[in-house]
Amino acid sequence: MLHRFSLPLLACLIAGGVLAYESTAVLALLEQAELLPGGEAGTTDDHGKNAFSLPMPALTDDEVTQFEIGNAFFTKPWVEAPSSTTARDGLGPHFIAQSCGACHTLDGRGAPPDFANGIQQEQPMALLIRLSIPGQKPDPVYGGQFNNRAIPHVKPEGQVQIQYREIKGQFADGTPYSLQSPTYKLDHLGYGPLHKDIMLSPRIAPQMIGLGLLEAIPERDILANAERQRAEGRGIAGTPNYVPDAFAGKDMLGRFGWKANVATIAHQSAGAFLGDMGITSRVNPHEECTAKQKDCLKAPSGGKPEISDKNLEQVIFYSRTLAVPTRRDADSANVLRGKQLFKDANCVSCHTPSYKTGEFAPVPQLANQTIYPYTDLLLHDMGEGLADGRPDGRANGRQWKTPPLWGLGLVPTVNGHSRYLHDGRARSLMEAVLWHGGEAEASKQAVLKLNASDRANLEQFLKSL
Amino acid sequence: MKKLSLALLCAGMLWNGAVNAAEVSKQQVLDQYANVVLANYQDSSASARDMQSKIDAFLAKPTTESLKAAQAAWIEAREWYGQTEAFRFYAGPIDDDAGLEGFINAWPLDEVYIDYVKGKPKGGIINNPKVAITEKQLRGLNERGGEQNIATGWHAIEFLLWGQDLSKDSAGQRPYTDYTTAPNAERRAQYLKLVTQMLVDDLARVEQQWQASGNNYRAKFVKGDLDSIKKIFTGMGTLSRGELAGQRMEVALDTQNQEDEHSCFSDNTHRDIVTDAKGIQNAWEGRYVRRSGEVLEGASLKQLVAQKNAEIAQQTSSDIDNSVKLAEAIQAPFDREIVGKKDAPGRKRVQATVESLKAQSKDLVNAAKELGIKRLNTGV
Repeated sequence: MLHRFSLPLLACLIAGGVLAYESTAVLALLEQAELLPGGEAGTTDDHGKNAFSLPMPALTDDEVTQFEIGNAFFTKPWVEAPSSTTARDGLGPHFIAQSCGACHTLDGRGAPPDFANGIQQEQPMALLIRLSIPGQKPDPVYGGQFNNRAIPHVKPEGQVQIQYREIKGQFADGTPYSLQSPTYKLDHLGYGPLHKDIMLSPRIAPQMIGLGLLEAIPERDILANAERQRAEGRGIAGTPNYVPDAFAGKDMLGRFGWKANVATIAHQSAGAFLGDMGITSRVNPHEECTAKQKDCLKAPSGGKPEISDKNLEQVIFYSRTLAVPTRRDADSANVLRGKQLFKDANCVSCHTPSYKTGEFAPVPQLANQTIYPYTDLLLHDMGEGLADGRPDGRANGRQWKTPPLWGLGLVPTVNGHSRYLHDGRARSLMEAVLWHGGEAEASKQAVLKLNASDRANLEQFLKSL
Repeated sequence: MKKLSLALLCAGMLWNGAVNAAEVSKQQVLDQYANVVLANYQDSSASARDMQSKIDAFLAKPTTESLKAAQAAWIEAREWYGQTEAFRFYAGPIDDDAGLEGFINAWPLDEVYIDYVKGKPKGGIINNPKVAITEKQLRGLNERGGEQNIATGWHAIEFLLWGQDLSKDSAGQRPYTDYTTAPNAERRAQYLKLVTQMLVDDLARVEQQWQASGNNYRAKFVKGDLDSIKKIFTGMGTLSRGELAGQRMEVALDTQNQEDEHSCFSDNTHRDIVTDAKGIQNAWEGRYVRRSGEVLEGASLKQLVAQKNAEIAQQTSSDIDNSVKLAEAIQAPFDREIVGKKDAPGRKRVQATVESLKAQSKDLVNAAKELGIKRLNTGV
């Protein structure tokens, strides 16, 4: 290993030294390890349509088989019971999608529905709406999540209507920008009115890469981020979420989901099967039908449970082991300048660049990897503009978890869009930056002061991740 | 001084001699690969047009015989398309951003998205008169709301010719009366005609990108040096491991479910496996036997690797050869072959093919390394 790296490392050190000598303030050095954001075990070298769909290279041959079978259960559609497709029946009664892959298309990121001439063209697919009433209780009639589809003879819960309002602003140099601010309304309700105090929280399907590596980050390192932020005294105060985990049977540190409201990939997978597709599993044995949804309660079942332990395990394994793509263009002057700007604007405080993974029993090969996810996995007050006003576990209605940034630049290639943030409202990476407020206000202000070429450099850096 | 230049001259002569005797260049390999790809897509296009004429004849006069003839033409055409699958997975003309592969060969397909199935007589686009059967509409509907909502391509045509496979012993048994007296027979005929035309058109588009003259994908590809070599390896490796061994065989072995069979309506999956394995061999050996019987031969990846490491090249060749042989031993119908205990003869035949494909994937990773390609992907 040492031998393999000594030459390039030496070259890099020499090149880095020269660069630093010539323009100390301008360029951040490229660390060799950055080129493999998922570490040796978890990075692949594909930048095309399949960039988010590939197995981590450290898998054994038998594990690749588990990965491939998990992939099939991730992408193939579930159908309503009873059916000749016995391995995959039990869809619904209420659901949003028929497969995981319908929202996480090519294991990538979802987008809000198309708008043409200001009119919403279709119901959202990869954007779901969480529901609750004060006291963090589910809506008594509609439950904890709004499902806009249903099997025959069962009513869909209704439809989601989105409206966007333009917000205009400008950079310090006078260049104008525009953001679109969404409001969400539920109508065509299948079971009567919503609770008068209903709270809605939209969530877009995130990309699937590197999830096992995030799960393998030692908890103490995540908690240390919070300590560090406090010590820095720059108004940033990340807080951990703690949430119940169905598999561990106890509260654990939340790492996944837009509010860090899920602790493990296993819990997330079983939860999505039930919540998004209506597929029961050992840990979630009951369909999510409320007492008022009589047609839902009467619908046929696809078995008890509808997904077997074995198949669920395979999907969990698959979700844990999707590789992270190698960096693109990481050593170009523009990207290195963008990296420096990212650091100078203190984006790195929450988008913490790197970790060393700890022991990880489910896939031991993922241990001891130097990874570059650019997240602290903590909750932050992101300001009124992004707030949904709905608490989730220990997260309040203004807090969101810092999402990882790896793979960001390949979303257009894989998914054909460039929509970012928790509900896909940002139409570009710069718009996503400009939505930052609350604890991130100072960082945003720093970006607003950048000139056009440095704004481009910053975006180039983000796209190289 | 004189001595030195003489030595240089000698070295140069030796070097040239070696090139003339056996060496092949990356350039020669890329050119030959492109020749093979073009010939294979030309054969695929031609056989699809033959199928189209049989389908047209069937639709003009639906009988059991004309339906059988159309089915036979589908089976024949698959022999040529199957081999082209080794040219996928690197965002070439077949599966770049335009996504033609999704229109041509998407699978598995949710039958009831297209037409009636048992228990749902009014299912599908065909039985929904509100949906106009137009190219634009079908392209819009393809893979909408899920990867299995397939409206077009080989498997849509297959389903329209055979119908659901509800029997253990035979393929689907769609009666020709589905195109005469059955509800929405006219819309069904319209649908079949249209998706067949679309397949022929899409194949022609792919073929055009590999034509030897023109400002097309091939022109760039043959100038791509090691990047293009990596693409060839990616196509072969991904088809070997992720797609053929993984998605198409290991998943089916795991679920023992007919739904996980590739060409499930026609029971032609055993041939899909053979032609895929053959396609990988073609790409490796730079050799292709055309539909006319003509043999294309030239500089191969196999030779290029052998120049660096003869042993790895030999191992790869022998495993690839073995995969084709083992694939040929798999018996039809595949959906019966995968059922049973671990030591059931059918499952053992399928498993043996899987193991050989896995071995050849590792060989391909090693072979690629010899040429300086690290981190070759073989998953999907």
